[in-house]
Amino acid sequence: MMRTTAVVIGAGHAGLAMSRRLTERSIDHVVLERGEVANSWRTERWPSLRLLTPNWQTRLPGYAYAGADPDGFMPVAGVVTTLTRYARLVGAPVRTGTAVRSLRAAPRGFEVQTGDGVIHARSVVVATGACNVPATPGVASEVPAPITTLTPLAYRDPGQLPDGGVLVVGASATGLQLADEIHRSGRPVTLAVGEHVRLPRTYRGRDIFWWLEATGLLAERYDEIDDLTRARHLPSPQLTGATRAAITDLNMVQDQGIRIVGRLGAIADGVAQFSGSLANVCALADLKMNRFLNRADQWATAAGLAGELPPPHRLPPTRVDPRSPLQLDLASGEIATVLWATGFRPDHSWLAIPVLDRTGHIRHDGGVVTGAPGLYALGMPVLRTRASTYIHGAGADSHALAAHLHSFLGAPRR
Amino acid sequence: MTITDSPVDNGVNVQALLGAKEALSAAPEAAQFTWRASCTWRNGTHSRSTVASFTGLGAEQQHRTTYEFDVDHPECFASEDNGATPVEYVLVALAGCLTAGVASVAQHRGIQLRSVTATIEGDMNVLGILGADPDIRNGFEGVTVRFAIDADAARDDLEALIAQSQKRSAVFDIVTNPTKVLVELA
Repeated sequence: MMRTTAVVIGAGHAGLAMSRRLTERSIDHVVLERGEVANSWRTERWPSLRLLTPNWQTRLPGYAYAGADPDGFMPVAGVVTTLTRYARLVGAPVRTGTAVRSLRAAPRGFEVQTGDGVIHARSVVVATGACNVPATPGVASEVPAPITTLTPLAYRDPGQLPDGGVLVVGASATGLQLADEIHRSGRPVTLAVGEHVRLPRTYRGRDIFWWLEATGLLAERYDEIDDLTRARHLPSPQLTGATRAAITDLNMVQDQGIRIVGRLGAIADGVAQFSGSLANVCALADLKMNRFLNRADQWATAAGLAGELPPPHRLPPTRVDPRSPLQLDLASGEIATVLWATGFRPDHSWLAIPVLDRTGHIRHDGGVVTGAPGLYALGMPVLRTRASTYIHGAGADSHALAAHLHSFLGAPRR
Repeated sequence: MTITDSPVDNGVNVQALLGAKEALSAAPEAAQFTWRASCTWRNGTHSRSTVASFTGLGAEQQHRTTYEFDVDHPECFASEDNGATPVEYVLVALAGCLTAGVASVAQHRGIQLRSVTATIEGDMNVLGILGADPDIRNGFEGVTVRFAIDADAARDDLEALIAQSQKRSAVFDIVTNPTKVLVELA
């Protein structure tokens, strides 16, 4: 059995940032990766996807974007290149092609069962990502058989879909991007809209992520957030990182000719039933967006920037057609494909330590896993701050958790 | 959130609600409630429903008293009008639920309410329930709720109040989303 001080599971941005922190502290470790570095980006993302965050914000410990387009948005291929270079830059001891079969508690640490033998470690950092498995609703099993169904993990481009109408379920960043791309392919799209987050791509001449960072919103700590469960399960904002005039709200979606309907509530005898709450979920998103823009304006004034920025403005409220249908007969032939853009969840099926809550998420206090000293989680939404949801959040998070891990190693053994 | 420092009093114990949220998240089996009513036919379209108990917090719970509700159809339907129609009870339930939500959310957000009045209307084409036109549904074509709220708050804050109230409302969810219903012989 191989022995090491720390095992990091996953060589994405979070695992690599942690590796860099452990190296800084001369903590002996390995990074286990089931595929290649940036595996999910290589194998589980559609090619037209770009990061929602601008290039200048894509920073990791010891790395800052130095390319020609700091205000652009990195495509998937660019993320793969960036993370692959980063792994080399920080000299991360990555073992590729090494899937973790199970993680269990062992005397003085943990036992990691891999496809390539057992490793004993005093400490383990779970950095396997938040988006491993599509979270499809229970009604998915009620879709009539002739209809093609797929999730964003399997989606590549509209060409793989049959001709005919497409029902996209979910109006997060993913749902809007795919609805737009598929609609442009000539397949009429219906978009089912539940609770969502609306933000403009730019505001007063600056990217929205500049505002989210400048106003301090992204720095809000997990233990200061009023409703942490909600914050951790918030859908991604309706943004795209596209370079052309991008679809970033439901008004633009409707301008394209895409029909919006309420949240998919049930499918009964082949008929999809949509919620009558569409007007309210749109009102909630508009109100929330305007609360943030008010905060941004107040911050700009207090910071003395009001004069140099373009004046404040507000976007028109989301249009909701009072005649939007409550039902859609999936057996009529109008819909050929249902695409579940209903979110993702992590896959912890290999975790043989009782640290999951009843919803299957790891119980942790800012990344320090509850009830399992020496076990850490990294790279999850609002792990320690709102920035944790995004790539650059791994910088501060890995710093804090490496410090905790270091003092754990120095503490007297149980 | 420091409710205790707030002079706002809408008569809602927000601390207790927040405490319940925390306690029930830790003990999810206690969060499983069953609500019930029983309905006895009187004569014609007249029935009387009673509500006395429910199950929740892992035990049988009693209302302070047994509540009774007469249900009937109006005289223009050749009935005796011994009570509100069933569809009006649905409106009562939705308005009551949303209004309770407005008071609770206002308390939580530090908004003192002076008056809240909800006017609720449900439009219905009765050719549906008469079976005269298969393309017309039995239920409401649409429901409109109009809140008149007198409070020390900006209009945006009041818009947010009624939006949040809808988001957390059980009856709003029941009315806007499908629910599986099983009706069987005892």
